[in-house]
Amino acid sequence: MLRYILRRLLLMIPTLFGISIIAFIIIQLPPGDYLTTVIAQLSAAGDLVEEDVIAGLKARYGLDRPMHVQYLKWMGNIMLRGDFGTSFEWDVPVGDLIWSRLGLTVALSLATLLFTWAVAFPVGIYAAVRQYSWGDYFFTGIGFVGLAIPNFLLALVLMYVAFKYFNQSVGGLFSPDFVEAPWTWARVQDMLGHLWVPMVILGTAGTAGLIRIMRANLLDELRKPYVKTARAKGLSELRLLLKYPVRVALNPFVSTIGLTLPILISGSAIVSVVLSLPTSGPLLLRALIAQDMYLAGSFILLLGVITVLGTLLSDLLLAWLDPRIRFDD
Amino acid sequence: MPAERPSPSADDLLLEVRDLHVHFPLDEGTVRAVAGVDFDVYRNRTLCVVGESGCGKSVSAQSILQLVDRPGRIVQGQIRFHQHDADGGVTVTDLASLRSSSRAMRSIRGRHIGMVFQEPNTSLSPIHTVGNQISEVIQLHLGADEDTARRQGIEMLERVGIARPAQNYDAYTFELSGGMRQRVMIAMALVCSPALLIADEPTTALDVTTQAQIMSLLQELQADFGMGVMLITHDLGVVAEMADDVVVMYLGQVAEYGDVDRIFHAPTHPYTKALLRSIPNLDFDQDIRLDSIRGMVPDPFHRPAGCPFGPRCDEVIEGRCEAENPPAFSLAEGGSVRCLHYEEVTLS
Amino acid sequence: MIARVPAPDHQEAINVATQWQLMWWRFRKHRLAMTSLVIVILIYLVALLAEFLAPFTPDEFRADYTYAPPQRLHLFLETENGLRFQPWVYGYKVEIEEEALRRVFVPDEEVIHEIGFFVSGVPVRLFGFLETDRHLVGPKEPEAPMFLFGADKLGRDLLTRMIYGTRISMSIGLVGVALSLILGILLGGISGFLGGQVDNIIQRVIEFIRSVPTIPLWMGLAAALPTDWPPLRIYFGITVILSFIGWTELARVVRGRFLALRTEDFVIAAHLDGVGQMRIILHHMVPSFLSHIIAALTLAIPNMILAETSLSFLGLGLRPPIVSWGVLLQEAQNIRTVATAPWLFATGGAVFIAILALNFVGDGLRDAADPYAR
Ligand SMILES: Nc1ncnc2c1ncn2[C@@H]1O[C@H](COP(=O)(O)OP(=O)(O)OP(=O)(O)O)[C@@H](O)[C@H]1O
Ligand SMILES: [Mg+2]
Repeated sequence: MLRYILRRLLLMIPTLFGISIIAFIIIQLPPGDYLTTVIAQLSAAGDLVEEDVIAGLKARYGLDRPMHVQYLKWMGNIMLRGDFGTSFEWDVPVGDLIWSRLGLTVALSLATLLFTWAVAFPVGIYAAVRQYSWGDYFFTGIGFVGLAIPNFLLALVLMYVAFKYFNQSVGGLFSPDFVEAPWTWARVQDMLGHLWVPMVILGTAGTAGLIRIMRANLLDELRKPYVKTARAKGLSELRLLLKYPVRVALNPFVSTIGLTLPILISGSAIVSVVLSLPTSGPLLLRALIAQDMYLAGSFILLLGVITVLGTLLSDLLLAWLDPRIRFDD
Repeated sequence: MPAERPSPSADDLLLEVRDLHVHFPLDEGTVRAVAGVDFDVYRNRTLCVVGESGCGKSVSAQSILQLVDRPGRIVQGQIRFHQHDADGGVTVTDLASLRSSSRAMRSIRGRHIGMVFQEPNTSLSPIHTVGNQISEVIQLHLGADEDTARRQGIEMLERVGIARPAQNYDAYTFELSGGMRQRVMIAMALVCSPALLIADEPTTALDVTTQAQIMSLLQELQADFGMGVMLITHDLGVVAEMADDVVVMYLGQVAEYGDVDRIFHAPTHPYTKALLRSIPNLDFDQDIRLDSIRGMVPDPFHRPAGCPFGPRCDEVIEGRCEAENPPAFSLAEGGSVRCLHYEEVTLS
Repeated sequence: MIARVPAPDHQEAINVATQWQLMWWRFRKHRLAMTSLVIVILIYLVALLAEFLAPFTPDEFRADYTYAPPQRLHLFLETENGLRFQPWVYGYKVEIEEEALRRVFVPDEEVIHEIGFFVSGVPVRLFGFLETDRHLVGPKEPEAPMFLFGADKLGRDLLTRMIYGTRISMSIGLVGVALSLILGILLGGISGFLGGQVDNIIQRVIEFIRSVPTIPLWMGLAAALPTDWPPLRIYFGITVILSFIGWTELARVVRGRFLALRTEDFVIAAHLDGVGQMRIILHHMVPSFLSHIIAALTLAIPNMILAETSLSFLGLGLRPPIVSWGVLLQEAQNIRTVATAPWLFATGGAVFIAILALNFVGDGLRDAADPYAR
């Protein structure tokens, strides 16, 4: 087990490196360099561009040095000082902007993950055990619908329905009173009250996919000889179902976290834009459009890192559940 | 050859299968996997079932415990199981009439009839320990608590020849070799001392040496427990080694049934003869398998109208074998055969 | 256990000849997949014949009909000599809504506009060269308003724009999948055929790409496309970005097939015969897994379409004057617009149907290609 964890941690390093490279490239992509943009911004605002400000920026980001030095400086600032650069659109350190938004992104993704599981697991079992029953067809049907509606469209439709028929706005994560309030228990409760809307929207497609995965896995397992062995022992159907095939099918199910997590975080970006949630999506979009590249790049970097960490956790969970992985070396 | 045993007495009857039919209704048509099978199993005796792949051996065996895969269904026939209690009383249950998931059926599975399957690798759960899978049966049927179950489980593992039983009790099955796994399967099937053991090709997936070990283990255990054994095999060498009685199956029917000596020395059915001929010489120490009989097994959807073996038979009676599916004729020497050549024999 | 092996070359010929037939038979049994196949073909026909099928051109606008709601289509017209088949719609009249003080369109029951087939309208060029002014349907009087799906904020016909959008959205799926396929076959093939260290590296790269949240990445890349690029270049830029991430699944399928096939007897036999590696790949391996690839391709198209739609919806993908489903949906981005003009959702319906149909066809193909895999 320990060796497995170590190996898994080592494998993370190149992935994290790759993500940082991609984020860096995205920062570098827009035409013109950061400095010209800043100067243009400052002079447009009527400020005097002072020589020493420019010199300070150059030194901080290594702007007049070659690419790889710039990359190292950027990473170095992040790793050593937690300095993600400055958002020139907001004129504050990127770090001040992103953490609360990332926190909410993680909260939303986790809530959605739990929701997805709570629904997909029992429904998947049902659909497999009662294969080709009306219930199976019903859930398969819903699954396909969930798969074919883009998240943002679902969000729009839901907003429209809520607005039109219930005269309610479903956007946001907080009631007006709590938007600016500090974190209190009441604020958490308020957030939970709002969270379910994006959770359901975001979770629909994933739930549909997971139901199909669970159903297919369980159908596979139900055909395996060990189920017949268990039956030949005299176990009751329900007991043997839960003890053997469901338990075995749980493993590939857990391993899907690694796949669903990027999709959830990815999808939350766009759903949040539609529902104007205070998560990373809308700010990222705005940063990209305004070419506020240090902000955008940091988001992309951190969203990637979060995904990698999530996948790591799910792999460890899987190793804990499945002796075959644990003993595999 | 096994030591001579007295011929079976009716008192020792364990299982009577009569006119068993099992069908698989599929989209493409109905597969008549078992089409009228009769045989008996006695205490202390071994019945071997042989026949080509696909002739319905496994389906017959699994229908005894109602374990046939869906959509397979017993459509006709009786499976009478004789339960002998300590003071000599006998209760007879028709297993074919029980519902597959009924309590009565479940109380027989694993308790009175144990079953060992062909593939020890996939027939055990990959993510549960050996002990977990064995003790479950003990706790279920004997109402033992966990500690007792553990003790009995380890004892049973030792009995089936597993080295370091206490350690291996807590091992996962992927840590064991194929032969060890099959021993675990046997331990699981026998841990409640059932009256009947059904073993469906228990050694096909194993190497020759291990095969021999498992077979002698079965003989040993039979001597100890006095159970009846129904052993399905492809291997005529195994039949010669193990069997008291033999059922030769062809296309869902019993082509020939009889005492092992009679089958080997005076085979009657052309199919049995062909099977025996296909062995180069009767040196049973070799790993001998059935092959190279002229022609192919017919498509299960299109059974021949007459004798199922007719198209491949060397001794066809023109005009009759294509038209009539012969019933089972009793032979004077004991046993029965489904072949028109023996019509007169029986009549006389 | 019975000998039944005909001469090997003979058998291979039979297999190749009947494999496609078998697959088609199995596919035909899936009623849902068959229906969906018909729908997919129809959708691509719409894409191909957009100029002719659409009543108007996508940029034709009627400033006095902004946000005109959909008209109800009537099929039979009452005349002096009885009911006759003649589709028609009511005209519009404008009323001022009391509370909100805004203009709303209501049907004008006094005015009837007849709709004709093969009517002449704005001249268009079919397939890029066939000049015609005929449109499949359209108002008989060219000036009459006809908005079967309603109008957008500039008074453009939504139906027309959806039909034109079909072309861009469906073709981006095809082009993107074609690009992914090239990457996927190349890398998946190399990975599966060579195995070993190369395989290992490519697998790590694939794992890496799959573990990155795609939408933020797409957003980042798409935002970097210069805004002053001409539409066509933007289109290709977006397609390249989408396929840059979409190839991994195809590569996985290709690799899996290669690995499965590498050990098959006929490939080993060809090796032993000293046939060149390229020949082995082309003559023996590619045909035997083409069917799987086709299924995987079909399943990849809807993802491309979804991705394009999402990006364009955010304003980072295709931009007007290109008309794609995503661009159309972008106009429905805020709740106020949707509340006044809910018919803008119609495009979402088109996306839904297309994606569903493609998924069913893909599932059917996959089952037909390999009934034993799930
Ligand atoms: N799940 C099933 N669905 C459909 N048909 C089946 C199924 N299981 C068995 N059959 C049919 O029943 C027939 C008998 O199968 P069975 O498994 O009993 O053969 P067998 O004699 O045990 O062969 P083998 O020696 O290969 O184990 C086969 O011809 C097969 O077509
Ligand atoms: Mg069998």
